[in-house]
Amino acid sequence: MKGLRLFFFAGIFSYLYLPILILVINAFNSNRYGLKWDGFTLKWFGAMVDNSGLMEAAKHSMVIAVCAATLATLIGALAAIAFHRYRFPGRRILQGTLMTLMMAPDIILAISLLVLFVVIGISLGFWSLLFAHITFCLPFTMVTVSARIQGFDPFLLDAARDLGASESQLLYRVVLPILRPALLSSWLLSFTLSLDDVIVSSFVTGPSYDVLPLKIFSMVKVGVKPEVNALATIMVGLSLVLVLMSQLLIKEKVHNGNVE
Amino acid sequence: MKSKTQKLVIGLVSSWLILFGVLPLLLLVGASFLAQDPLDFFRLEFSLDAYRQLVDPAYLEVMLRSVKLAAITTTLCLAAGYPFAWMTARLSRSSRIAVLILLMIPFWTNSLVRTYAIRLVLGTQGLLNTFLMSTGLIDSPIRLLYTDTAVILGLFYLMLPFMILPLYACLEKLDYRLIEAARDLGAGFPQILRKIIWPLSLPGVFAGCIMVFVPTMGLFYVATLLGGARQLLVGNLIQQQFLNARNWPLGSATSIVLILMMTLMLAGYYFVLRRLAIRRNAP
Repeated sequence: MKGLRLFFFAGIFSYLYLPILILVINAFNSNRYGLKWDGFTLKWFGAMVDNSGLMEAAKHSMVIAVCAATLATLIGALAAIAFHRYRFPGRRILQGTLMTLMMAPDIILAISLLVLFVVIGISLGFWSLLFAHITFCLPFTMVTVSARIQGFDPFLLDAARDLGASESQLLYRVVLPILRPALLSSWLLSFTLSLDDVIVSSFVTGPSYDVLPLKIFSMVKVGVKPEVNALATIMVGLSLVLVLMSQLLIKEKVHNGNVE
Repeated sequence: MKSKTQKLVIGLVSSWLILFGVLPLLLLVGASFLAQDPLDFFRLEFSLDAYRQLVDPAYLEVMLRSVKLAAITTTLCLAAGYPFAWMTARLSRSSRIAVLILLMIPFWTNSLVRTYAIRLVLGTQGLLNTFLMSTGLIDSPIRLLYTDTAVILGLFYLMLPFMILPLYACLEKLDYRLIEAARDLGAGFPQILRKIIWPLSLPGVFAGCIMVFVPTMGLFYVATLLGGARQLLVGNLIQQQFLNARNWPLGSATSIVLILMMTLMLAGYYFVLRRLAIRRNAP
């Protein structure tokens, strides 16, 4: 039984990791097509840096990911607080909307936003891309922050209010510090989601603002591109770092929970 | 009485969700009932043309094929994900975390990059063919890339974590005492699986299938990179209508079909949840 289990795990994980491993190996392989090992090289990383279109798309992607993650975390946190603390008309409908956004396949979100942007006259480029990315990150940040809010002591707020704090002071001095770990992990998650997105971006951006996944898509459609291997290797490394960081945050959360 | 901050927060959140959540979906439904225009995206005139084109046999064939691919992918994910989630849930705490982190790393890696990586494995001179030829199982490379099999393998690769995570969340909470009780009463593992584990894990199974089945049909780039130029998934059809053919009504109507499928599956999910809750409360 135990041997079987190990065999099964090994099978699934090699299926998940082998392609990535081959990609990383080929990024350092002199052989252009990765057919056999021709010796170690860093030239594909050089080729990647020299590809100005690719570099520009990478820069755009980073800008969008940072802006979208920051704003989605902010709005998501405010939404979580509003849904938790305030009672207002339409609250249930809005919560339902958030869940729909989370469950809806990307392609539905993509075309519905495209129709919206065209109808209200936002030209396709930076802003449409940013609004779209914030929108698909929002449910995830809201849920992450909500989970943290459920666990905190409401008497802290009463105490602060008794001591004369205003509503905005309550938010900045009490609520936000308590939410910090949840905010950080929301940010990391949104950043990843934004960098990962192919489907929504391919509909809501225009030729003036190319982003990385679209650039890679158009490059690899026709064949193997070694500089894509190099770039992909960097992206794999980045996601490795992000996963480990978010894991550390979860640990910190558990630790804090035990102390309280 | 509401303070200014409170009003501001509620105002911001509601207007964002209405503008970017509710309104786009309404517009999409609206667009599917508009007339087509060869020069513009659509013409402001009520028409059922898009739905008429939807049931055109050639179009319907692609849709059915996409449903078939998604069904196979979902089944594969369930077949591999269920034992995986069960075994993970039975591990010690620290090994469980290790397994989940190992699962999350590819999950957090760009899915386009991973699809491209799959292509490196499946190509005529890729790893799989080289391996099979070296073992002598085949004499000449088999054509894997640009086939339906390649697309299914790619979809399975991308969607597997979406199946495992809800299943794991469900199986981890399962009360192990029930299984011990059943074993004490003389039940063998097949019987325990059929009568206890499987029924109690149905919410997880449904959640996993919902997360995999409909989104799979939207992953047009997987079909493009692994399946070649043919239109394989509903996502390719939608992309074609929106970005190339400029026939927005037809594209919108196609996506309405996806939305309906999603709604049906969610209804099934709530049905299962309710039945479980009723059974649990029964005397």
